[in-house]
Amino acid sequence: MSSGLMSFIWEGLANTLLLTVFGALLGLVFAFIAGLGRSSERKWVRGIAMVYTEVFRGFPSLVLLFVLIFIIPTFGFQLNPLIAGILALALNIGAYAAEVVRGAVKAVPPGQLEAAIALNFTPVQRLRKVILPQAVVAMIPPFTNNLIELLKATSLVSLVYISDFTFAAQLIRASTGETALVFFGLLVGYGIIALVFTTAMKLLERMAARSLGRTVPSGLFGRKEVAA
Amino acid sequence: MTTTNGEFITFDGVHKSFGKNVVLDDLHFSVGAGERVTLIGPSGSGKTTILRMLMTLTRPDRGTISVDGDYLYHEKSGDQLVPASEAHIRKVRSRITMVFQHFNLFPNMKVLRNVTEAPIHVLGTPKDEAEAKGKELLELVGLGDKLNAHPSQLSGGQQQRVAIARALAVDPDVLLLDEVTSALDPEIAAEVLDVLRDIAKSTDVTMLLVTHAMKFARDVSHRVLMFNEGKIIEDASPEQLFNEPEHDRTKSFLRSVIDES
Amino acid sequence: MNFEWSGVWDAMPTMLDGLLVALTATGIGYVIALVLGLVFAFMRRSESRWISMPVGFLVEFIRSTPLLVQLFFFFYVLPLIGISVSPLATGAFALGLHYATYTSEVYRAGIDGVPQGQWEASTALNLSTRRTWTNVILPQAIPRVVPALGNYVIAMFKDTPQLLAITVVEMLGGAIAIGSETFRYSEPIAAAGLVYLVVALLMAWVARMVERRYGQVRV
Repeated sequence: MSSGLMSFIWEGLANTLLLTVFGALLGLVFAFIAGLGRSSERKWVRGIAMVYTEVFRGFPSLVLLFVLIFIIPTFGFQLNPLIAGILALALNIGAYAAEVVRGAVKAVPPGQLEAAIALNFTPVQRLRKVILPQAVVAMIPPFTNNLIELLKATSLVSLVYISDFTFAAQLIRASTGETALVFFGLLVGYGIIALVFTTAMKLLERMAARSLGRTVPSGLFGRKEVAA
Repeated sequence: MTTTNGEFITFDGVHKSFGKNVVLDDLHFSVGAGERVTLIGPSGSGKTTILRMLMTLTRPDRGTISVDGDYLYHEKSGDQLVPASEAHIRKVRSRITMVFQHFNLFPNMKVLRNVTEAPIHVLGTPKDEAEAKGKELLELVGLGDKLNAHPSQLSGGQQQRVAIARALAVDPDVLLLDEVTSALDPEIAAEVLDVLRDIAKSTDVTMLLVTHAMKFARDVSHRVLMFNEGKIIEDASPEQLFNEPEHDRTKSFLRSVIDES
Repeated sequence: MNFEWSGVWDAMPTMLDGLLVALTATGIGYVIALVLGLVFAFMRRSESRWISMPVGFLVEFIRSTPLLVQLFFFFYVLPLIGISVSPLATGAFALGLHYATYTSEVYRAGIDGVPQGQWEASTALNLSTRRTWTNVILPQAIPRVVPALGNYVIAMFKDTPQLLAITVVEMLGGAIAIGSETFRYSEPIAAAGLVYLVVALLMAWVARMVERRYGQVRV
């Protein structure tokens, strides 16, 4: 393969990782705002958070991407395509992860909040010192699923001509004609990236569990749907 | 009614129901400063609800509760009583703390930090001072060697002793003990009760206890209140109440508790 | 350029055609996902490592890689091995295969959720393996899995716009087709988004109803 084609692959890979990492970070921000917002005492905060999670979970990410790339500019906001891509992916994954945040916060035993009240912590301290450090540990395994879903969703940006990993593969397929090989290689590539992310999250999970004095059994394919 | 030395904690016309179930019905009683009062009675008779109300974990439907002259759920605005602000509740609550049946240690903090977190971040005690005092208190409850353990690495009895140290660390005027040994094996429970006996002897903290450990209640309390169906049916010294209960309901309750143990 | 709501309205007839295509792909795909997922779940439970390991690997692999790339793969590779079917059929198959890896996990969790004592009681009553499955285990496992399975219908429906990449004209594809004729993309894309959102929320509501009626575990 010529070095020109190789450089497409590297650029595509870099963009895919960029979209995943920044999409995840921004998505995390949305998830915490909306997830905590849903248990706010203020009704309007709960309302906004609920509308956000319901709408963006009901909206196909590809359609969202088209909206940001094609419709928003007609209102006069010109977004860099890569940033539009990150925003679309983050809005989408954030809505799913918000449910994870909400569930994990709700799952902290009520006795923990009561003990924090008995020690006269302020509401902010209760959340920051007692509830969140425990809830975050419970969020990591479902966040791992969210992260892999996000990685998969980044491939959609190739349909709006952002040169990600999938887009690079399309270029190579067009210039070499090696259809089966290229797409199979692309799948393996995504599989390897997913494995790297999963392994990293697994490490994070073990570190977090240690902060609560627990241990997590090791295992390579640790990603499992968490039974409700 | 027996006399109390002063009125440090006062319940006045307190009513609470959960749905149709009336838990406390027009309750009036007071507790003097430094007094140790044990609440006994069958489960569901409202004892724990009283402690939870004092800890601001359960709100009364009607009536007022005051601690050293300050209302807990109300504040004075001119000569009217209005619902208390969060700031007012925190001010009154700062004098009270609670030890729970299921310990409720914070699993994300090691043992020493469980004890020092509130002194440092709520009371504003300097860190080294809070840690020195925390170590002292953990020493007192016999856990001086577990400062850096995670709560999950401790037995139930050890966790409860940490919880007691954590409660003492905020220097409360009122200590609420809610069935603190009910989740423990009898032998372990005895160790925890010994710790509490020492504390009762060496401090003048006001204590309200809900417990089924009758011998302990007899040893430490000045007064015992017998609850039945949301009302106090007997209020007497431990000698009086345990030796010569007046009420038939008290007699049958004491018999059932003694049979159990 | 201004946004014209009338353009949204004008796109609706095309959207309805597209909706039919999206629902067809979802329906066929869902049946494939339900059946194939059960097959995967059984194979992963196989006592032979020669079956459970490769199937486990395959399921993880399919689940960790993009549906879009899987669509391309089947769209371009199936004809190479002599299978020529319509793009819609290819799309429904790829969608079904992708989601079979999710449903297989749901089945697995549902089956594992049946208490061990139920197997032991079946052995004590000398029930055959097949009877244990059909009369004891599955009737208890299925109510547990209904809510999660319902959610995957919605997830699959929301993935149907990706079929435009293999020339299937569903709603988003329809919107782009209108755009390429009128040179106005915003309104038809907004129309597609609106219909997707409404139908997905409607499906979520129905799933919640179904869950409320059948999803409870009776003790």
